[in-house]
Amino acid sequence: MTTPEIPQRSWSQRWHVKAVGWTVLLVALLVGSSRMTGVDVGMFFSNFDQFTNLLVRMSQPAWSYVPIIIQPLYETIQMAILGTTIGTVFAVPFAVLAASNLVHNQWLRGFIRLILDLVRTLPDLLLAAIFVAIFGIGSTAGVITLAIFSFGMISKLFYEVIETIDMGPLEAMESVGASKVTIIWYAVLPQIMNQFVSYFLYTLEINVRASTVLGYLGAGGIGVFLQRSLSEFDYGKTAVIILATLVVVMVIDGVSNHLRRVLL
Amino acid sequence: MDQQPIISFKNVNKIYSNGTVGLKDINFDIPRGEFLVVVGLSGAGKSTLLRTINRMHEISSGEITIEDEPISSYKGQSLRLLRRKIGMIFQDFNLIKRSTVQRNVLSGRVSYYPTWKSVLSLFSTADKDRAIRALERVNLTEKLYTRADELSGGQQQRVAIARTLMQDPKVILADEPVASLDPLTTQTVMDILKRLNQEDGITVIVNLHSVALARQYADRIVGLRAGAVVYDKEIADVTEADLTKIYQTA
Ligand SMILES: Nc1ncnc2c1ncn2[C@@H]1O[C@H](COP(=O)(O)OP(=O)(O)OP(=O)(O)O)[C@@H](O)[C@H]1O
Ligand SMILES: [Mg+2]
Repeated sequence: MTTPEIPQRSWSQRWHVKAVGWTVLLVALLVGSSRMTGVDVGMFFSNFDQFTNLLVRMSQPAWSYVPIIIQPLYETIQMAILGTTIGTVFAVPFAVLAASNLVHNQWLRGFIRLILDLVRTLPDLLLAAIFVAIFGIGSTAGVITLAIFSFGMISKLFYEVIETIDMGPLEAMESVGASKVTIIWYAVLPQIMNQFVSYFLYTLEINVRASTVLGYLGAGGIGVFLQRSLSEFDYGKTAVIILATLVVVMVIDGVSNHLRRVLL
Repeated sequence: MDQQPIISFKNVNKIYSNGTVGLKDINFDIPRGEFLVVVGLSGAGKSTLLRTINRMHEISSGEITIEDEPISSYKGQSLRLLRRKIGMIFQDFNLIKRSTVQRNVLSGRVSYYPTWKSVLSLFSTADKDRAIRALERVNLTEKLYTRADELSGGQQQRVAIARTLMQDPKVILADEPVASLDPLTTQTVMDILKRLNQEDGITVIVNLHSVALARQYADRIVGLRAGAVVYDKEIADVTEADLTKIYQTA
């Protein structure tokens, strides 16, 4: 009786050439890029005492500051929600048109993706600066900046989700004679809804944090207060602002987890 | 069955864009009300043949007529109306798993509504009743509000049949509808298809791998090999030897 022939692994499979190659490449990229950009890791550790010093000064939050920042924090949340929602509304059709399993026209898809790449390339600080120049200091500039930023991010996250769906239900809906929009509504949406919601909330969370930075440029919200406290070296106030932002982020995270469980 | 055929293939060829021959010079008629079973080895072109009937696949040359109308020129709304009268059932059921049985069944009715009404789920009371009656036909009314992914395979296939019934189809195409089911469930599903064929006069075309099932349910058996019809007989004339020949390689 002959033993069944077991296929031999190729030389490259046996020595894990691919895995080793990727690891070497990644390490080389890391070392190379830190050389070229002149990042000094040693400095991070030698100046560590300044960092701890800052932490010590922030460890006494100025609790009396809380009532003052409630209103701007509220404004920040509103800005983030508005910006994320507006961005999402525009992102959905773009995500559908960019998904290779829904749109077979390569040119259309390539064009849409080019637009999305462009939008994602624009730095949000630049956008904020431009819109502050156009609309003046205030939350309008912030909302528009966040909307554009969310649009770029969400459309990419969404089309990547759409590309992973099971195509069977789409075939079934096509065979009953449903229109394109109906097919997407019935066969695509239920498959991606919970991931959409969780990406939406993730973007909202990023926007809450981003809007604290945007405030620097006069785009409204809590950022204005963050900037003021830092320029006054009033780190007790800074600590309060950071803690308050943390609470908001945690609440969004909690909502996200809850919704995902409900929608699954 | 002396009247005009409901479906007719005339010199139909299909070549896939990569050069694979899907169908080769197909010529045959399907009379109204027939229960036709298509058999053949894997890759013989059974799925391709079925999908040319509702234009899920385009043919390369020839013509298919349905109720005496050539279908290759249909576009947009007229194509959707063609598909509306042809139900389709799949090996993997293709239900919307996260939706309820009710929504899945109602989704078979969307071609009777404008898009905005479908999107807002504005189904008439009559159609909601129709959904319940469709589920009665497959014995699953008690699952109306159950999510589709909580059903067994056999139950999912019955929901898929109910969805098809909502179209009020004249033809049902079934692409290996029982390939993922156990023998008992297989009988249930095939019995339902047979009943729709006999009681409602729906023309049924089923792709099957099992010769035994084909003999048990078919009025007529068509055998495919390499995209061509190599066998076509009424069930009364079919012999065991014929069928083993279809499944012989080359
Ligand atoms: N999209 C496609 N592009 C290219 N070739 C295809 C495509 N779909 C099917 N084919 C080829 O066409 C031939 C017929 O395929 P088809 O799926 O119709 O066979 P089948 O009889 O249904 O097989 P099975 O029993 O495995 O389902 C096969 O050779 C297959 O590889
Ligand atoms: Mg097949």
